[in-house]
Amino acid sequence: MKITAEITAKNVYYQYSADSSLALNNINLTIKPGEFVAIIGPNGSGKSTLAKLFNGIFVPTKGDVFVDGLNTKDKDKIWEIRRKAGMVFQNPDNQIVATVVEEDVAFGPENLGIAPEEIRRRIDEALRTVELTEFANKAPHLLSGGQKQRVAIAGILAMKPDCIILDEPTAMLDPVGRKEVISTVTKLNRQEGKTVILITHFMQEAVCADRVLVMEKGRIVMEGKPNEIFSQVEKLKQYGLDVPQVTELAYLLAKDNVPLPRDILTVEEMVDCLCQLM
Amino acid sequence: MSIDVRKLTHIYMPNTPFESVAIKDIDWTINDGEFWGLIGHTGSGKSTLIQHLNGLLKPTSGEIIIDGKNIHGKDVSLKSIRQKVGLVFQYPEHQLFEETVAQDVAFGPKNMGLAEEEVSKRVKEALELVGLSYEEVKDKSPFELSGGQMRRVAIAGVLAMKPEVLVLDEPTAGLDPRGRDEILQEIVDLKQKQNLTVILVSHSMEDIAKIVDKLAVMYKGRMVCQGNPREIFQDYESLVEMGLGIPQVTELMIKLKGRGKDVSSDILTVEEAREEILKKIRGKGLA
Repeated sequence: MKITAEITAKNVYYQYSADSSLALNNINLTIKPGEFVAIIGPNGSGKSTLAKLFNGIFVPTKGDVFVDGLNTKDKDKIWEIRRKAGMVFQNPDNQIVATVVEEDVAFGPENLGIAPEEIRRRIDEALRTVELTEFANKAPHLLSGGQKQRVAIAGILAMKPDCIILDEPTAMLDPVGRKEVISTVTKLNRQEGKTVILITHFMQEAVCADRVLVMEKGRIVMEGKPNEIFSQVEKLKQYGLDVPQVTELAYLLAKDNVPLPRDILTVEEMVDCLCQLM
Repeated sequence: MSIDVRKLTHIYMPNTPFESVAIKDIDWTINDGEFWGLIGHTGSGKSTLIQHLNGLLKPTSGEIIIDGKNIHGKDVSLKSIRQKVGLVFQYPEHQLFEETVAQDVAFGPKNMGLAEEEVSKRVKEALELVGLSYEEVKDKSPFELSGGQMRRVAIAGVLAMKPEVLVLDEPTAGLDPRGRDEILQEIVDLKQKQNLTVILVSHSMEDIAKIVDKLAVMYKGRMVCQGNPREIFQDYESLVEMGLGIPQVTELMIKLKGRGKDVSSDILTVEEAREEILKKIRGKGLA
């Protein structure tokens, strides 16, 4: 399957009301088909606002957002845009609509007017992808938080989007649930070739991305590969953000003249580097 | 004030087909002034356990002894227990409901039957304790505040009842790193200023490692270990099996040790790891 949807923001400004400050201040951005982009930034920096512009929940106050060439301001195209770019939200309990898992997954494609046999096929495929096949006939409220989020992801997948936008999908989950969701998201990107836009407060999760964007006060203030971003420990701290503990440790040790690379992101990398020195 | 949990078992919907044992045979002593962390995978029974500490749930068997008395005994008023043991639930901002911040914080002390003067004094104190300016927020609707501020208002509502024990269920969930650090620091300060006993339920091993003195681990309804976090985090493999983690730096040191390096793995923070590694590397003449 070829993914074509490119997402572009051109000179985008967004204001919630005429007298409020700019939630987004001149955003220019292109997200390539098949790319995995993580967006980090403190609360109120504009991350969620930006995500909601990507599938037309909000339209820019000024400037344009294009999804696969379609302008999100074009009201006739809004359903096509939302089918191409699906969104998963923070609270798993707020996005489940049915009383049986597979009916919940069917909700999207049913609304697209897809034939029942095709819907059946899509449900099975989506549940297989998120590894919840055996839960197809269970009641969603009996699932764990991580499982509920995977049901939400399956519901999006059943609409065959090119791009999945996840707005802090793990914020309300425990460590196991978080891992489940992130490994599902990574798999969608790596194996299914879906474009992924992941908004998160957990820096560990941003490490899996191809590109990391850092937002502050409505602007994109840093942009690069995870190792390029996370090696700038002091700058990130100024923005009120974290780095993984081992990255911070490598940074501090390098300051003490220990010959370590500054772009260490995982425990394993750090173990390997230190073993050569000790 | 000390809390003694003795052989506590709680069964939801007993004698029905839906019967489920949430916690079993828990023994736990919380002494005056201690700072406990409580960890466990979702569904391990943490929430059920903490709801017993102020009598919200009644044990199926076993006892909760506070200051020497069984809280479900005839001569104990549960109302006074709930005032002494303050419980801050997960996402407490969802429980805000009044028109103004001041009214919301006043709800608890008012229900205690305190005089109006005392109520407003406590409201003011409680808001200042959580780092909010009384004058700035008192007349605002709680719903126009930021997420972190709303959470502080909710915590202030519990503090206004002047509890001796404060139980917080994931007070930093959903906050950004700065908001998380601020709330944790406020909890540490509060504990000192008010001489509180604190129980912190958290999924973040990094947070737990930084601030608590004692740690209790729940797994499948049982309390599987309790003690010093340094010792508990050494058993990395068991914790992972229980769906839990340890701080990244602790994991690093355990793995270095596993590769035959002569380092201490008794490490909880980045700063401790830095010192230990520098000591070893400098010993070898590097750096």
